[in-house]
Amino acid sequence: MNSKTSNNIATGVIYFLVACVLAILVFLLGYILITGIPHVSWHFLTSAAQSFAAGGGIRDQLFNSMYLLVLTLIISFPIALGSGIYLSEYAPENWVTGVIRTAVEVLSSLPSVVVGLFGFLLFVVNFHMGFSILAGAIALTFFNLPLLTRSIEESLQDVSQLQREAGLSLGLSRWKTITGIVLPAALPGILTGIILSAGRVFGEAAALIYTAGQSAPTVNYGDWNPMDSASFLNFMRPAETLAVHIWKVNTEGVTPDAAAISSGASAVLIVVILLFNLLARMLGRWLYKRMTATK
Amino acid sequence: MPKIITSNDVHLSYGSKEALHGISLDFEEHEITALIGPSGCGKSTYLRCLNRMNDLIKGVKITGSMKLEGKDIYAPGVDIVDLRKRVGMVFQQPNPFPFSVYENVAYGLRLAGEKNKHVLDERVETSLKQAAIWDEVKDHLYDNALSFSGGQQQRICVARVLAVQPEVVLLDEPTSALDPISSSKIEDTLMNIRHDYTIIIVTHNMQQASRISDKTAFLLNGDLVEFSKTEKMFIHPDDEKTSDYLNGKFG
Repeated sequence: MNSKTSNNIATGVIYFLVACVLAILVFLLGYILITGIPHVSWHFLTSAAQSFAAGGGIRDQLFNSMYLLVLTLIISFPIALGSGIYLSEYAPENWVTGVIRTAVEVLSSLPSVVVGLFGFLLFVVNFHMGFSILAGAIALTFFNLPLLTRSIEESLQDVSQLQREAGLSLGLSRWKTITGIVLPAALPGILTGIILSAGRVFGEAAALIYTAGQSAPTVNYGDWNPMDSASFLNFMRPAETLAVHIWKVNTEGVTPDAAAISSGASAVLIVVILLFNLLARMLGRWLYKRMTATK
Repeated sequence: MPKIITSNDVHLSYGSKEALHGISLDFEEHEITALIGPSGCGKSTYLRCLNRMNDLIKGVKITGSMKLEGKDIYAPGVDIVDLRKRVGMVFQQPNPFPFSVYENVAYGLRLAGEKNKHVLDERVETSLKQAAIWDEVKDHLYDNALSFSGGQQQRICVARVLAVQPEVVLLDEPTSALDPISSSKIEDTLMNIRHDYTIIIVTHNMQQASRISDKTAFLLNGDLVEFSKTEKMFIHPDDEKTSDYLNGKFG
């Protein structure tokens, strides 16, 4: 076999494999969207879920998912940023750093149901938080932290060493070089990492079933006091998210239109995650342009 | 003329390998000194000792004394940030920040706390003029510095260093990645600023050294072979090795 034929075969095989991946993706997305979109309506998005009757919506679940996501990011981003900066810029190459890196990797491969049960035992039971958005957000932080730390560390590492030397040689301190030069240069990558991890958090169910709970009590969207138990901002209330709702409707739903609700909610979930991805790309590109000038 | 930097018996080793075997060199204020020698002779390594850039490399050990205006720069408690403000550096590869030309030049000042827009504007313009790049960038101050040619980027880097007003400018083979025309522009730039700054330049290019420098130091395998006025060295070198190197017998 000469090199030309082997090249052709290799190219063919690679194209075939890519086609397989694409086909699976298109099939899944197509199936979810085609079966789900017809059930999505303004009414579906803006009305509360029903326990027994048909015609329930996903308003509270959708909001809970968003709120949980925001809380999770508020908790996990600063920690991930700090550890990402440490690992990329300060960590000496020794066994301690090796242990930290391995720990981060192990954390990221923990099954989410294990994280959920751990969160249940520690926060919900031991710390008496009860099923709450806060417990869910902390559990999701465990889940989110490794990914976010990794992506921040990698974005920082991608910034050329020459840039750091340039900053230091201008008489900037190490910290100012990092915050003033390395971080801005890495910002688009960091942002993409945040939004991609947000997509995963948004779709997470297993870690939330035992932490944020499976019920969505009626909340008052006009009550802006997070200390009020009826407020939509209260983070000590149980909060069923969209992904958990899909799981629940499918396993124990008794409404006559459970299948339709599940399909519709799945479509909404997928669309939101796709939007996250698109947004990540656009924002990353826009920010990069902003950062690198060209007015 | 007063000596601004003095160094005495500088040894540097990476782990167990010694790269500099006791270099003693003094630099006079407002002169251009060229460091020449074949690849791997230690000239860049020596240069990077002068603003402590070698501190960034692990396992480096430096002994001997290096003084800036009589003060040991390796003494405990020395403010490295302050040292690097006084001893600026231009690198082999042009490395502008991925920001606009204006931001590149203003950045050092801005992060050092200068907020006055007039001061910044003025300093940016002066620095770009000193670096002989102003005419080429004045209508593109807000374009990304990376969108310019390598030679222009390198002059922007020179302007960026000048903007923080150092006393000494170190240049580590600043033209080796550039074409001849850009190189000669960098040389013009250096001639332009020679009376205001002390310049130490590492170069592979012997013609460049002979064109621009007042004094030349020839290093070989981590030793200083000869150090004298450039004219003298190029016409009557004392050491046979210098003569061989200058005549292209090795290197």
